[in-house]
Amino acid sequence: MRIVLTRRDDAPAWMALVSPLIAVALTLLSGAVMFALLGLDPLKALGVYFISPISDGWALQELAVKATPLILISVGLSLCYLSNNWNIGAEGQFVMGAIFGGWVAIATHGAANGPWVFPAMMLAGMLGGAALAMIPAILKTRLSVNEILTSLMLVYVAELLLDWLVRGPWRDPKGFNFPQSVMFDKEAQVMRLMADGRINLGTPIAIIVVVIAAIMMARTLKGFEIRLVGAAPRAARFAGFDEKRLTWTVFAISGALAGLAGIIEVSGTMGQLQPSVSPGYGFTAIIVAFLGRLNPIGCLIAGVVLAITFIGGENAQISLRLPLDVTRVFQGMLLFYVLACDAVLNYRIALVRTGGAAA
Amino acid sequence: MTMFEAILLTIITASTPLLIGAIGQLVCERSGVLNLGMEGMMIMGAACGFAAAILSGNSYVGVLAAILAGMAMSLIFAVLTLGLAANQVASGLALSIFGLGLSGVIGAPFVGAKRDQMAKLDLPVLTDIPLIGKALFGQDPFVYASFALVIGVWWFLARTKSGLVLRACGENHASAHALGYPVLKIRLLAILFGGGCAGLAGAYLSLVYTPFWSPGMTAGRGWIALAIVVFASWLPWRVLAGAYLFGGITILQLHAQGAGVKIPSQFMAALPYLVTILVLVIIMSRRGGQQAAPASLGTPFVPDR
Amino acid sequence: MLPAPPLIEARTVVKRFGALLANDHVDLSVAEREVHALLGENGAGKSTLVKILYGLLQPTEGTLLWQGAPFSLRNPAEARQRGIGMVFQHFSLFDALTVAENVALALDGNESVARVSDRLAEVSRAYGLPLEPGREVWRLSVGERQRIEIVRCLMQSPRLLILDEPTSVLTPQECEGLFATLERVKAEGCAVLYISHKLEEVRRICESATILRHGKVVGNCDPRQESAASLAEMMVGSKVAPARHDRLTTAGEVRLAVTGLSLPSPDPHGTSLREVGLEVRAGEVFGIAGVAGNGQDELFAALSGEMLAEAAGTIRIDGVATGRLGINARRLMGGAFVPEERLGHAAAPAFRLSDNALASGHATNGFVQRGMIDRAATRVWVERVVKAFDVRKGPRDPEAKALSGGNLQKFIVGREILRNPRLLIVSQPTWGVDAGAASLIRQALIDLSRSGAAVLVISQDLDELFEIADRMAVIFHGRISSPLDTEGLRREAVGLLMGGAGFAADAVDEAA
Repeated sequence: MRIVLTRRDDAPAWMALVSPLIAVALTLLSGAVMFALLGLDPLKALGVYFISPISDGWALQELAVKATPLILISVGLSLCYLSNNWNIGAEGQFVMGAIFGGWVAIATHGAANGPWVFPAMMLAGMLGGAALAMIPAILKTRLSVNEILTSLMLVYVAELLLDWLVRGPWRDPKGFNFPQSVMFDKEAQVMRLMADGRINLGTPIAIIVVVIAAIMMARTLKGFEIRLVGAAPRAARFAGFDEKRLTWTVFAISGALAGLAGIIEVSGTMGQLQPSVSPGYGFTAIIVAFLGRLNPIGCLIAGVVLAITFIGGENAQISLRLPLDVTRVFQGMLLFYVLACDAVLNYRIALVRTGGAAA
Repeated sequence: MTMFEAILLTIITASTPLLIGAIGQLVCERSGVLNLGMEGMMIMGAACGFAAAILSGNSYVGVLAAILAGMAMSLIFAVLTLGLAANQVASGLALSIFGLGLSGVIGAPFVGAKRDQMAKLDLPVLTDIPLIGKALFGQDPFVYASFALVIGVWWFLARTKSGLVLRACGENHASAHALGYPVLKIRLLAILFGGGCAGLAGAYLSLVYTPFWSPGMTAGRGWIALAIVVFASWLPWRVLAGAYLFGGITILQLHAQGAGVKIPSQFMAALPYLVTILVLVIIMSRRGGQQAAPASLGTPFVPDR
Repeated sequence: MLPAPPLIEARTVVKRFGALLANDHVDLSVAEREVHALLGENGAGKSTLVKILYGLLQPTEGTLLWQGAPFSLRNPAEARQRGIGMVFQHFSLFDALTVAENVALALDGNESVARVSDRLAEVSRAYGLPLEPGREVWRLSVGERQRIEIVRCLMQSPRLLILDEPTSVLTPQECEGLFATLERVKAEGCAVLYISHKLEEVRRICESATILRHGKVVGNCDPRQESAASLAEMMVGSKVAPARHDRLTTAGEVRLAVTGLSLPSPDPHGTSLREVGLEVRAGEVFGIAGVAGNGQDELFAALSGEMLAEAAGTIRIDGVATGRLGINARRLMGGAFVPEERLGHAAAPAFRLSDNALASGHATNGFVQRGMIDRAATRVWVERVVKAFDVRKGPRDPEAKALSGGNLQKFIVGREILRNPRLLIVSQPTWGVDAGAASLIRQALIDLSRSGAAVLVISQDLDELFEIADRMAVIFHGRISSPLDTEGLRREAVGLLMGGAGFAADAVDEAA
């Protein structure tokens, strides 16, 4: 037996919606098998992973806090991937956003500062993320250096830079030698939406970004340009679109969004810079982008799904004593299944009996 | 042992995993497949190799387990990219994420466990060569294996018909198919070879280099190995040079830190990553840097009609 | 005594791809030492049939017989062992590998490349087909590449040689060389299955013919007894009228003027343009003839603005220097462009027709208002093109890849012509399309020119240029010859230019 693929000319529209659902279902199934192998009750374990994060109001707020950076980053990454620009360094751009935005907060610490501090931090964060993202973009357009490797290498560089800052120049002098910065002033923290909750202004910002991106992709010439450059670069040149400038644009946008996520995370949930500011949002967002079919609305939904695995992972660490890495296993499997289901979308798959009649 | 010998020895230790990983990836890429899952395959090799060595008490069982783990991981990649013609970049990323996670789960019970470094295999007579003798010929079996791999891969690609066929698949899969070569089968074998090498490289890290298991211990070496293949313009001998260049830089920054150079350790630690970028820039700005890549690299092949 | 069985025979061969019936109970037989033509339009099922005979595809039904005995081919290696060799239309060569390595790949067994080199030199000398074993394929001309394919078949002492459209890429002189080689091969006892749509040459070299239409055999004949017109009628199923073409009476003002255009090719394996000069006038069709790979792609890119010239003044549209302007600026000046590649260049395969209309028309057709796309306007435009150019498309707004070659080409040409351009630059307008679409497109190009536009046609099909061009020039190694009037022009004269004769000595030297 062997698999034979035949290209479809026109895939039915409903399959585009169903295929991610199948991917999620297959991931759950594989997860159950994995838990059984680890000697756990699969149903109970899946419950901890996927039900506990959405069981009460507090959990839902936590979910929104975790989904926000994933959504922000993945929307930017979708633009990159659609246009065939493989930015996989969002984790570093996230960190860079935290550093740049954090610098504004630390520099104004204790000084008389007004309501401008918060927007200035957001702006600085976006600049920081975009600046780091422009390095692979420029190297790609000028010298054809593979952007996958350069954007990834810069993740390590950004993380080490942050590590140095919080252990060195930015360490809180009154912090008992802990590697962390001062606590940001109240003005420099993202506004909480509820007095007793964790949800903050970042979530509505992410939703606005999704809406803008959705309109851009569906209705504007820029959105068309992004799709065309990715799908058929020569046809895009024929349409008069500048592929190199677009590479810069999408890297800048995705870097800025990752940077924005970074500073929102730091000022909204941590309140200070620490040696590590991300549990891997930048990498998980890659999966969010694909699960969301590189569509902004899809990223919104997929971001929530992946946020569930993060919180579920934390809960499982406490209640089931499972390592946090199980979350990553889930995430990796999810991406496998998403990609496999996409094949179902693009090709008709048939099993053919191998015999005298087959090649 | 002289200072020179000591440094040479550490450079070899740092370079060997990069060399083994990169040479496997080179074969894979020459067949037209870009597997970005190196990091995931390598760390699975490290975890499974260490676990198997502890459980069996035999390092060679560990090595075998590592190779199999790398191959099993690459098989997932092959099913996606060859069987289902999925995007190679995305599939490779998924493999890296998955491998980092699964290795953590598998390795969790072995955190903190220790094993003796694998025994050296001295080559008599040759070890007596002054200066380089001890470093080159008093090594663990991995080092010899890495050199054998370079020679073997060079010979295979340059001198054998099968190697020619593999290169043909990487250059133009449609033509190779038209001549009747089973492109997908050849690529499957190349992917498995790359996976096996990545697993072996991982085993070196956990069984010789450290020698213990810690989560995330590959620290981007898989990605650097990918960069070395580009640096080498897809040629085996240059992979050797590239791996030793990166190994040398890693060791130099360690020695610089040890010697109390007044540069923050984080900057030194960032050096290999920055050098990777720099090297890619240099290689691409030379005329013809881009041309060396196999023409079909990264494009899925679906035999139609 | 019974007559000898044919060398190879296909009996009631059926090949089905999903819903499509590519070969519908096809019978074909080729006698020993016979040169047999397989005729048919694009999509008639010729390629499918020869792929079956070469073991690349397996028939759904039917049997193959070799000298009267049934046999089957599981793969091309088995076909080669039988003595079946194939020269592909879009060569099955590897650009980065050497000639000898390319040949070794097509030989079965484990001969070393060095030994293959020696044998290759021997065979190529014996047949008068010179080849350097150590050269990389990308350095070679199209004619030399075809030589590799032929020589590597000859090295296996073939009994049957299959050639798929072998002359479509050759100069008339190179064609003569090929025919001489085929003569010789035949004399040595080999049969030839010759696929072509060039009916004059089929009449000249083939002794029998099988004609396919829509996957079925519609006739067998001796082409020497037929006229080109009667063969064409059998292929198409109806009479094909040549394009109506009144002689050009008065040429208008110069629309496109190119002077001293030199441009290095961005593709390391490409051909740079050198000192190109030409003028196209309003009201005329100007042809650029030449063998593939002599700078046609680069010329199209430079004229369309996909690639910018070094100096603005080297390309002028209506006297305005446009060399440094992008493609959309040139479109706004009245330019329209049709590139050679339908899928991937002229059209994005997975995009709907309305999106493909948007791609080339977003700057000129009012499809975009303040950055927002007017989808309704693009759909209306698609319907207009479809109606005016008889595009058969099935659903309302299908993806480009769902259309047949001819219908997609009609759409691509139509979407430009309906804009009433002042200057149309088109590359290979009818390459690989059916006769009906080809004749419609050629007529549309002539009509556009007669309505006052300047039309530049880059084509490797000399017959096409003789049919529609008023004047033509030849491109060779990135240089362009002086223009020639089509009226009274001899094909041989153009053929010599296509082979480089008459160009500056340094250009010819590089060819050698």
